[in-house]
Amino acid sequence: MSGERILVNGNHAAAYGVRLARPMVVPVYPITPQTPIVEKISEFQAEGQMEVELVTAESEHSAMSACITASLTGVRVFTATASQGLMLMHEMLHYASGARAPIVMVNVNRTIGSPWGFWPDQTDSLAQRDTGWIQYYCESGQESLDTILQAFRVAEKVLLPAMVVHEAFYVSHSLEVVEVPAQELADQFLPPFTPPHRLDPEIKESWGNTVNQDMFYRHRKTLGEAMDNALAAAKEADADYRALVGRGYGIIEEYRCDNPEIIIATMGSMTGTAREAVDELRAEGLAVGLLKVKLFRPFPLKDVRRALTGVPKVVVLDRNFAPGTGGFLHQEMKAALYGMSDGPEVHGYLAGVGGTNIPPAKIKDMVREALAEKAAAEPVWKG
Amino acid sequence: MSFDVMDYFRQETLPHIWCPGCGNGIILRDFAVALERLNYPRDEVVIVSGIGCSSRAAGYLNFDTVHTTHGRALPFATGIKLANPNLKVFVIMGDGDSSAIGGNHLIHAARRNIDLTAIIFNNNIYGMTGGQFSPLTPRDKKATTAPYGMIEQSFDICRLAEGAGATYVGRATTYHNQLLTQLIIDGAQNPGFSLIEAVTHCPTSYGRRNGMASPSDMVRWQKDNAVWIDKVRAGKAEVKDGQFTIGLLHRHEAPEFTQAYMEVIKRARGQE
Repeated sequence: MSGERILVNGNHAAAYGVRLARPMVVPVYPITPQTPIVEKISEFQAEGQMEVELVTAESEHSAMSACITASLTGVRVFTATASQGLMLMHEMLHYASGARAPIVMVNVNRTIGSPWGFWPDQTDSLAQRDTGWIQYYCESGQESLDTILQAFRVAEKVLLPAMVVHEAFYVSHSLEVVEVPAQELADQFLPPFTPPHRLDPEIKESWGNTVNQDMFYRHRKTLGEAMDNALAAAKEADADYRALVGRGYGIIEEYRCDNPEIIIATMGSMTGTAREAVDELRAEGLAVGLLKVKLFRPFPLKDVRRALTGVPKVVVLDRNFAPGTGGFLHQEMKAALYGMSDGPEVHGYLAGVGGTNIPPAKIKDMVREALAEKAAAEPVWKG
Repeated sequence: MSFDVMDYFRQETLPHIWCPGCGNGIILRDFAVALERLNYPRDEVVIVSGIGCSSRAAGYLNFDTVHTTHGRALPFATGIKLANPNLKVFVIMGDGDSSAIGGNHLIHAARRNIDLTAIIFNNNIYGMTGGQFSPLTPRDKKATTAPYGMIEQSFDICRLAEGAGATYVGRATTYHNQLLTQLIIDGAQNPGFSLIEAVTHCPTSYGRRNGMASPSDMVRWQKDNAVWIDKVRAGKAEVKDGQFTIGLLHRHEAPEFTQAYMEVIKRARGQE
């Protein structure tokens, strides 16, 4: 039952993941650089390879609205967007998590206007970190494909929506060989979605009613518990997937982290580049490791603290930017590591903001600089 | 004084990014000619665009321009007009931009009768993202999201604008470009919301999928299927199935929004 190996771009790889997950409804609105995902799904549908209702809405806001209600009827729902589309969905992202609708969405990271650009930058999805969505950051089409299946499993277990994120062009439009698992394996991993609560005239349940303060408080608390439970669910889903399919990623990945002087922490496509930089620096005799944060929401606090215990320095590379505070991962890492007596000194470098190219040589320079200097409180712009 | 159309362009932004055979350049030239004839002081003209192929137009024109977000050109333009009602504000949108994601803004700009001149580049498709259907894709026509033909009814954006309260509504095509120029001029001079639909040809994303692979096929289609409204009104022509009218389709007088706003301020301050 080994999978089929095909040459596809990252977006089409994601569409194969969606096909394996068998969603019944896909409401969507076109936006660059997401569109190839839905085009591929449309092709699968036309060829009879997917039994799915593809709904082309008149805006992303409407697309996400349709996702929520479709999901609440108790069916599996997928959508995809990017950048401005995600911005327009913002209101509905909160609504989706509040309604506990386990939608899975791929967001293709792209700069947010103004000014206009189409470049890889993670600010769009990171700016949605407080909307109650589980967030995964992927570095390749293969990882996105695999993660979509895992995301459905986790989302449906804890009843929260999940976002699977990869970057514009570096991942979305780059060709790579991808292994598509057999449908039987995917079905085994991800059984049909049959929620006990759903919009069903036989059951007579309703959503979105006005509540008093205490009810709202309890609702938020249970939503928080669901998000906390997503950590264990994500670990379990990844372990099960690895056992079945032979590939797993962990919610974090520690690469060559044995006795390091410094660790590079980053997310998304930058991890692939950083891995090369680590290999080269190790060959040059420098003890460097890499910490990939794959699951960003819920933030894997304990795992990150454990991975960085006793490590002298960490250099966080952010291809994203929050004016006034800096890189998102830098902020999260500082918060996660706060109060550790044996935690690392945290350097925050803004690298690749707006999609600028960060080759391994540049990362090597940044590592050397972080080793030589004391960490600044503010983020440092590194091109 | 001779007219040099290039004088109206930011020449450093050229050549434009539109596909070979695209009709948008024709509309853009007609717009430049209309601006020449309108002869407004250049620093009193503001051009606002949304998102899509059409909305690139604003960036090429050598005026004060704003390239805004998908569907929101009209709210941005409304802010500009309200801040300084003396400005001549033109709004460039596509069919997806103005009638899908921004459809709500279109009907309310028309309803308020705010003095904006909206030029809708209607290529019947989402061209920039690769040919998905828009609310102006005619029934049965093909798009990447409608490989077996569009099943939804399309808007007649001129009738939509008229129904919503626009005081000047006209339609021309990239073939009838002198008419288009005249409609833009007259629309700009109308004290209220004016909508000019410019039917343009997109061989790349629309024509190729719908039996009109070459630009000339598409322009010929415009020539053969556009029916002058004056002839229809005079009983000398009829609009057959699949055809559409061109010319000044609707005009009426109504209070203009920014003027009404100024008057209510005066009234509230007892200055009447």
